[in-house]
Amino acid sequence: MLSRTADNLYWVSRYLERADFLARLIEASSRIAALPKTYASAQDEWQSVLIASGADETFYEHFPEPDEASVIAYLAFDARNPSSIRNCIEFARTNARAVRTALTVEMWEGINSAWLELKKFEAVQKELGRIDREELIKFLEYVKQTSSLYDGSGYRTMLRNDAYYFSRLGVYVERADNTARVLDVKYHVLLPEQEAVGGSVDYFQWTAILRSVSALTAYHWVYRESIKPWNVADLLILRQEMPRSLLSCCDNIVRFLDAIGNQYGRQGPAQRHARNMKRRLESTSIKDIFQSGLHEFVDGFVTDNNRLGTEIAEQYLIG
Amino acid sequence: MNSKKAIKPMTLPCFDEMTKGDGAARALYSRIAKWLETSPPGLLDSRRQQAEMLFRRIGITFAVYGDKEAAERLIPFDIIPRLLGHDEWLRLEAGLVQRVKVLNMFLTDVYGAQEIIRAGVIPADLVFRNDCYRPEMQGHRAPHDIWTHIAGIDIVRVDDQDFYVLEDNCRTPSGVSYMLENREMMIRLAPDLFAEHAVMPVENYPDSLLASLRSVAPPRCPSEPNIVVLTPGQFNSAYYEHSFLADKLGVELVEGGDLTVKDDVVYMRTTEGPKRVDVIYRRVDDEFIDPLVFNPDSVLGAAGLMGAYLSGNVTLANAVGAGVADDKAIYTYMPEITRFYLGEEPKLKNVSTWRCREPDALKYVLDHLSELVVKEVNGSGGYGMLVGPHATKEQIEDFRKKLLTAPDNFIAQPTLSLSTCPTSFLGGVAPRHVDLRPFVLSGSDGVRVVPGGLTRVALKEGSLVVNSSQGGGTKDTWVLETDAATP
Repeated sequence: MLSRTADNLYWVSRYLERADFLARLIEASSRIAALPKTYASAQDEWQSVLIASGADETFYEHFPEPDEASVIAYLAFDARNPSSIRNCIEFARTNARAVRTALTVEMWEGINSAWLELKKFEAVQKELGRIDREELIKFLEYVKQTSSLYDGSGYRTMLRNDAYYFSRLGVYVERADNTARVLDVKYHVLLPEQEAVGGSVDYFQWTAILRSVSALTAYHWVYRESIKPWNVADLLILRQEMPRSLLSCCDNIVRFLDAIGNQYGRQGPAQRHARNMKRRLESTSIKDIFQSGLHEFVDGFVTDNNRLGTEIAEQYLIG
Repeated sequence: MNSKKAIKPMTLPCFDEMTKGDGAARALYSRIAKWLETSPPGLLDSRRQQAEMLFRRIGITFAVYGDKEAAERLIPFDIIPRLLGHDEWLRLEAGLVQRVKVLNMFLTDVYGAQEIIRAGVIPADLVFRNDCYRPEMQGHRAPHDIWTHIAGIDIVRVDDQDFYVLEDNCRTPSGVSYMLENREMMIRLAPDLFAEHAVMPVENYPDSLLASLRSVAPPRCPSEPNIVVLTPGQFNSAYYEHSFLADKLGVELVEGGDLTVKDDVVYMRTTEGPKRVDVIYRRVDDEFIDPLVFNPDSVLGAAGLMGAYLSGNVTLANAVGAGVADDKAIYTYMPEITRFYLGEEPKLKNVSTWRCREPDALKYVLDHLSELVVKEVNGSGGYGMLVGPHATKEQIEDFRKKLLTAPDNFIAQPTLSLSTCPTSFLGGVAPRHVDLRPFVLSGSDGVRVVPGGLTRVALKEGSLVVNSSQGGGTKDTWVLETDAATP
């Protein structure tokens, strides 16, 4: 297939996955920010949301303070933020339109309808001139539905060939990045010594982390005990059955890169690199990770995952 | 709804395709007339809204240049189909086949032996000073002598007999996706009406197009040629059509940046490395296909494409330079051109035309500006024309100046009273002027026309301008299996 087509399919998935993540992150953080101060040390909550979403550098060009209203407006609706939800949906639709022949009718109509819907949300937003909580909840719900619909209709209707594989690859590369970013900004509340100092104050931080990757219910099914920070880290990093864990993402990345390699009869640096990432996760334990430093580990993973993105681009998408 | 009441008489007396002078419906339209009479109130309105919603969701939109607000607009779709009897279609089809054959012979001659110029039938300067003449192509033979593989011939009627050619489009005619999508829409929105008529299908157009494109592949290419559609990209006004056609043909939709040329061979960049390209159905104008030969700033084509083309390693459809045949000045000579190559009379009529380059004609045109339609020789899309009877004094004086400065750039035609068809709009039905663009495919194995075409309708009362950029709409065109007079 055309390199440009593969590139667009890969990025449509990445943008929609990112929009989905941002929606969950905003939801989780709104909850924690609404808690009374005695339950959560939430002063820097919105600053860490900015960092997790990669918007902390540009935010201060437009706003003096990271208060709730400005951060949500910037992450959800601001066209000046290249990674805002509205831009993710806009870019996804532009990319989809550029390769609509490679999408099934259902996928295209799903994303195109979502884009038309976005215009309505923006009109309401413009009229209100501020963030209205009820309207925001509706909007975030719509964002999650949009990514689920695209994902699901792709799963149900696409031919299992390279177009499908590149589309899936985008989902997992982006998802791995998102999970790692949440861990990166919140690692300090997961460190064991913090528990002794902060006591239950951090409990709500832990649940917020779980919520931001929609894993709160899953946690209880997997561990069947109250929320412990090392279990949270374990779930998000090493649990194969947790669909947003780093290991699960790497597993899928390897799977779809192999499918591409098999179809083309050729493996390359991207396949080798992905297999190495997966192997490192499989051969470690959460205890090892804490011993050698959670922050260093997550940092290393983000760098590794970025390099994988570059290798995929060089091997297939630039052509 | 009482449709009879809603039909207002036109100000100009003209041929209405549905209704005879006495107000009764012609046999061809008897079922349509009954349908309009018996439809419950509001049905047409709700169907139109449904159609709009579907078109918007599928993304069948077009862009109007220079209009930011309307970056993606819908072409209004009219739910009342336009009908042609089988006998009428056969006459039209024979004329179209003849016309396109002649256009291809003319182009072969112009870029080859130039007999028609030496014989004095066409003035040399009309060809060589034409903006669309490509000296790069002189002496080059297009594969199988086919230059305009996909031609759109704009047809109008003024009575129930003759078909007139309004203009030939030999370069990159668009609109065929509307012909196909309008049919899908009618089957969906008016299934009973559709079933009552034996409508000849158009859905095989993509297959015919593919067959035509395959037939002109370079002789040295492998048995299964790699065909692609080349688009200027998603901001082009016809982008939807480009992607639609690539999808229906089952071929890649490429942009200039996807192509590279090495040793006069064209390749596309794929996830598996470069892949050779054999036939390019290009929807990019001549001037933009190769920055080394034409517009050096163009990023829409590929550097070296012309070299590959002239070496015979890739076929371009339509051929470079085909525009010289669809010029409005050449158009006026089509009857002479037909006689010259075929020794036959043209089966389709030309609208009588004054060539303003001729002093007598210019004088007549200047004296009758308020009655005539004046068109720029190279204009298209309804831009840069004067419709005398509808123009203001200022517009007329403006054109008078233009004509005196550069008479060669203009032709003039009488204001035709184009035929009308019943057309629905919010709250009523009334006759509106229509034209028809059938699509004619030429391959090494012959000329193909699917029975139908794009009917364009001028939605404004009394308007004669059907172009979508000027507020025109479209209708589905039904060619019936039965003759026009069959009840």
